[in-house]
Amino acid sequence: MTTEAADPVGAVGAVAPAAEPGFLQRHGASIEYILIPGAALVGALAVFGIFVALFGKNPLDLYFYMYQGAFGTWFSWQNTLTRASPLILTALCTALPAQLGMVIIGGEGALLIGALSATSAALALQGAPPLVIQIAMVCGGVIGGGLWIMLSGGLRQYRGVNETISSLLLVYIALAILNHLVEGVMRDPASLNKPSTREIGAANMIGSIPGTDVHWGLVFGLIAAITAYILIYHTVFGFAARVAGGNIRAAKIVGLGVNKLILTICFLAGGAAGLAGMVEVAAVQGRTNANLAAGYGFTGILVAFLARQNPLAIIPVAILLGGISASGGLLQRRLGLPDASVLVLQGIIFVFVLASDALYGRVGFLKGKS
Amino acid sequence: MDFGRISRRHLLQGSAALSLGAAVGVRPAFAAETTIGFIYVGSRDDYGYNQAHAQGAAALKKIPGLKVVEEEKVPETDAVEKTIESMINLDSATLLFPTSFGYYNPHMIKMATKYPKLRFEHCGGLWTDKDPKNAGSYFGYIDEAQYISGIVAGYTSKSGKLGFVAAKPIPQVLRNINAFTLGARLANPKATTQVIFTGDWSMPVKEAEATNSLIDQGIDVLTCHVDGPKTMVENAARRGAMVCGYHCNQSALAPKAYLTGAEWNWEALYPKFVKMIAAGQEIPNFYRGGLKEEIVKVSPYGEAVSAEARKHADDIKAKLTAGNYVIFKGPITDNKGKTVIAAGTERGQQDPELEKMDYLVEGVIGATS
Amino acid sequence: MADGSIGLWTVPLAVFGGAIRVSTPFLFVSLGECITERSGRINLGLEGTLVMGAMSAYGISYLSGSPWLGVLAAGVTGALLGALHAGICSLPRVNDIAVGIALMLFGTGLAFYLGKPLIEPTAPRLPAIDFGWWSDIPQVRAALRINVMFLIGVALAPILYWAFRTTRWGLLIRTAGESSDAARAMGHSVLLIRLRATMVGGFLAGIGGSFLSLFYPGSWNEGLSSGQGITAVALVIFARWDPMLCLWASLAFGGAAALGPALQSVGVTSGYHLFNAAPYILTLAIMIITCSPKRTLTGAPAELSITR
Repeated sequence: MTTEAADPVGAVGAVAPAAEPGFLQRHGASIEYILIPGAALVGALAVFGIFVALFGKNPLDLYFYMYQGAFGTWFSWQNTLTRASPLILTALCTALPAQLGMVIIGGEGALLIGALSATSAALALQGAPPLVIQIAMVCGGVIGGGLWIMLSGGLRQYRGVNETISSLLLVYIALAILNHLVEGVMRDPASLNKPSTREIGAANMIGSIPGTDVHWGLVFGLIAAITAYILIYHTVFGFAARVAGGNIRAAKIVGLGVNKLILTICFLAGGAAGLAGMVEVAAVQGRTNANLAAGYGFTGILVAFLARQNPLAIIPVAILLGGISASGGLLQRRLGLPDASVLVLQGIIFVFVLASDALYGRVGFLKGKS
Repeated sequence: MDFGRISRRHLLQGSAALSLGAAVGVRPAFAAETTIGFIYVGSRDDYGYNQAHAQGAAALKKIPGLKVVEEEKVPETDAVEKTIESMINLDSATLLFPTSFGYYNPHMIKMATKYPKLRFEHCGGLWTDKDPKNAGSYFGYIDEAQYISGIVAGYTSKSGKLGFVAAKPIPQVLRNINAFTLGARLANPKATTQVIFTGDWSMPVKEAEATNSLIDQGIDVLTCHVDGPKTMVENAARRGAMVCGYHCNQSALAPKAYLTGAEWNWEALYPKFVKMIAAGQEIPNFYRGGLKEEIVKVSPYGEAVSAEARKHADDIKAKLTAGNYVIFKGPITDNKGKTVIAAGTERGQQDPELEKMDYLVEGVIGATS
Repeated sequence: MADGSIGLWTVPLAVFGGAIRVSTPFLFVSLGECITERSGRINLGLEGTLVMGAMSAYGISYLSGSPWLGVLAAGVTGALLGALHAGICSLPRVNDIAVGIALMLFGTGLAFYLGKPLIEPTAPRLPAIDFGWWSDIPQVRAALRINVMFLIGVALAPILYWAFRTTRWGLLIRTAGESSDAARAMGHSVLLIRLRATMVGGFLAGIGGSFLSLFYPGSWNEGLSSGQGITAVALVIFARWDPMLCLWASLAFGGAAALGPALQSVGVTSGYHLFNAAPYILTLAIMIITCSPKRTLTGAPAELSITR
C-alpha cells in the first residue's frame, strides 16, 4: 500500500459524522443519531425475543430479566458500570484511528502490553508512595499500549503493512509475550497454580469510587472519552486528523504531516487500551496474569463500531454492552439460556445497527455522502 | 439417602453453624429453600473439568429444599465478583461454589470478606489462616488416581514410553505428571513420560498436534491434563495408541483404547458438604482428600488392561483407599538429577510442600519452563 | 530405529504432517475469502462461518450418520451466512468490515448456542486415504493419512487461479473488484456479483469448518477454531489475493502451527509460548519484508475497502 492507502473514505463508512465538516449539520442530525440506533436496538431485541421463543422461552421474561440484570437495581447498575469501564477505553483504541480511516482491531494486545508495563513500573518502584506508583503505572500503561499500536501505525506508514492485520497478529504475539514472561522471569514463585507476576501491593491499588463498588477505571474511561471527543472535534489537531481521514490529498495540500498524525493517533489509541490494562491491574487483579486476556479488547471493537466511532457515543454504547453482559448471568440462571446467548444478542444488535446506517439522511435532513 | 428429611429447621441450624466463625449469634436469613450458586470458568458441557463440577451440582439438584443456580463461562476477572454478588443479591444464594482456581485470589476472597455471613467453597485454592473464615478451599488428590493410571500405563506400554499432554507447568499439573510417572515406573522401572505443554487449558489443535508428535516419538500410551480430554483421547485412539482419561470417564469415546482414567467424584462430595451443613458440622476450611475420602475415583479398567496390571493397580488402590500408602516417598530425584525428596522422607498427601511442586521427577522428559 | 523412535526427524516430519493436517481449514477459508475479496468486498465474518460450519457439520453428521452430508450442511450454512453479509452490505453506506465483525460474533454465538448438546456425542468422521502405504515407518504413514478434502483444496487453488484469469465469471468478479463502474457499464449488477462471490466464499469457509470438526482435530467443542478463520482472512491479504499463494501460505501456516509441540517432543522446551506464536510472528515478519510503502499491493482489488 502507498500512502494513498490512508485515504479511507469507504474503509470506515461509519465515521460519516467525522467526515462532515459542517458543525451545525452534526448537531442538527442529533435526533437522527438517537432515533435510528434506538429503533435498531428495538428491532434487534424483537428478533432475539423470537429466537429465544423458538427454544420455548417467554420473550417477556427475557426482557424483564435483561432489564433487571442490567439496570433493575442499584446493584445491577454497578455491575453494568463495572463491566462498561474497560470497554470505553478499549473502544477508543478502534475509534481514534478510525478518524484517520484506519481499522485497528488490536486493542486486546495493547491492553495486555499496557498491563505488563504498568505492573513492571509498579514493581520497579516498590516502596515509593502510592501516588507516585499509581502515576507511574498510568504512564507505563499508556506508553506500553501506545507504542504497541504505534507499531501497527508505523508499519503501515513506513512499510505498507495493512494495519488491521498487523494489529490482530500483534494480539497473539502480545499474549505469547505475556504468558512467556508471567511463567518465566516475571513469575512470582508464590503464585502456584495461576502463574502471575508479584503483586503490586494493596496500598497501591486505585480502589473504588466512594459509595459504590465501581472502580476508578470508569472515571478514567469517561475522562479519556471526553478528552478524545474534544481532541477530535474541537482542536486543530483533530481537524487535521479528520481532514486527513477524509482526503489524504487535501491533507497534503494544507501541509499536514500525515505520518506524524498517524503515529500520534495510534499512540493515543493504544494508550487508551493500555490504560484499560493498567486499570485491570491496579483496580481488579493486583498483578498481571493470563486472566487479563478476557476479551475486553475485542468487545471494544464492537463498541467503537456501534458508536459510529464517536468518542462521546462510546460511553452510552459501552454501558449498553456492559448491561447486556451483566444481565447474561441472570438469563443463564433464570431462563436456562446458555452463555452464548449474549454473543448471539450482541451479533444481532450489531447487524441491526449497521444495517440502519442505510437510513441516515432519509429520516432527517442530513444528506449522507455517497 | 435421607436428604428428604433435611428440614428447614435443620438447614437453619446448619447455617448458624456455618456463620459461627464469623459472627456468632447472627443468623443469616434463609429463604424457604436454600440456594446454592455454582460458577464455572468454561462451558459446563466440556466433557472435562467443568462438566465434572456440573455433574456434582446436578447431584445437589435432586435434594429437596435445595435450589441450584449455575453460571458458565465466567472469566477470572471482576466478572466473577459480580456474578457472585448477583447470585447473592438477586437469587439469595447463601452457599457459593466458584470452581476455578483463578477465582480464589483476589476475587472470591474479596467477596467472602464483604459477605461474612455467607459460605464460600472454592475448588483448588489454598486456604490459609489469613483468609476469611467463611471461605474454604477443597480439592481432590487426583494424583492418586493418576498414579493408578500410571501403573496401568506402565504395564500396557510396549515401548516403555508414555506421553502426557499438559496445559501449563503449574504445581497441580506437575504433580499429576509426576504421580503418573512414578506409578508407571512401579510397573516398568525404565518407563519414561514425555510431556508437551500446550500453553492453555483449551487448545484443541495444539492438543491434537501434541498427541501426534508424541506418538511419532514412539509413545504408545497417553494421558493429559487439559480442560477437555476428548481431542487427545480420540486422536490418540485413531493412531492406535492407548489412553488414560482425565476429569470424567471418556471410555465411550474410544472403548478399545481406553485403559483407565483419573476422575473427579464431585457427585459424592457436594451432597456430603450439604449434609455436613445440615447436620450442623463445620466444613474444614482446608478440605482435601483422595481415593479414601471418595473425592476422586478411577475409571473401570478397559479390556486391554492385563490381569497382572489389574492386580498390581488394585493392590495399590486398596492401600491408597485404606490410607496407608505414600506416593511421594524419598528418595526421589528430579529429571536433572537433583534430590527433591530425601531418602527417608515421606511426603503424605496433606504435605503442603507437594502443593508447591515445581519439578519433574526422574523419568519425565520435559522441562518446567 | 528399533524402538520406533525417529528422534530429531520428528520435527521436519511433524511440520510436514502439520502442514497437511492443520492447513486445510486455512486453505478453504482463504480461497473462499479470495473470491469474495476479488469481487471488492471483505468478509471478516468467516471466523463465525468457520465455527458455524464446524458445528453444523458435526451436528448433521451425528444426526444423519453421513459425514459427507455434514460437509454439505456446513457449506450451505456458510453460504447462508455469506448471503446475510452480502445482503446487509448491499444497503447504502454500510461498512463491510463492521458487518464482518458483527457476523463473526453472531456466527460464533449461534454455533455455541446450538452446539451445546453436540460436545459429548461422537459423530461419524470423514475417512482418510492412506498415501503412506509405500513406507515402513509408521510416522511417515501417519503423516500421509490424508483426507480427500485437503486434496480438493489443493486442486481448487490452481483451478481458481486459472478461473480468475480465463473464465467469464472470473473476469466478472475481477471487474467488480477493480471498478464497479466498469462492471455496471458492462451491464452487470455489481451487488449481484458480490452476493454470489460472498456466498461462494462462505460456502468454502463452512466446508473448512467441517474439516475441523469431522477430521482434524475431529470433534466439536467451543475452543475448536481459536481464531483460525480470522487468521485465514489475514492470509489472503498476505497472499496478495492470489489463490496459489493462498495455498503456499496456508501450508506454511499449518506447518508453523505444528512447530511448537514438535520442538517440545524432541526436548526444546524453553519459550514454548513463543514457539506457539510462531505462525503469527512469521506472518508479520513476512509482511514486513515483502510489503512496500512505495507501491500499492500488487493484485489488490481497487474496490476493496481495506486497501483503499
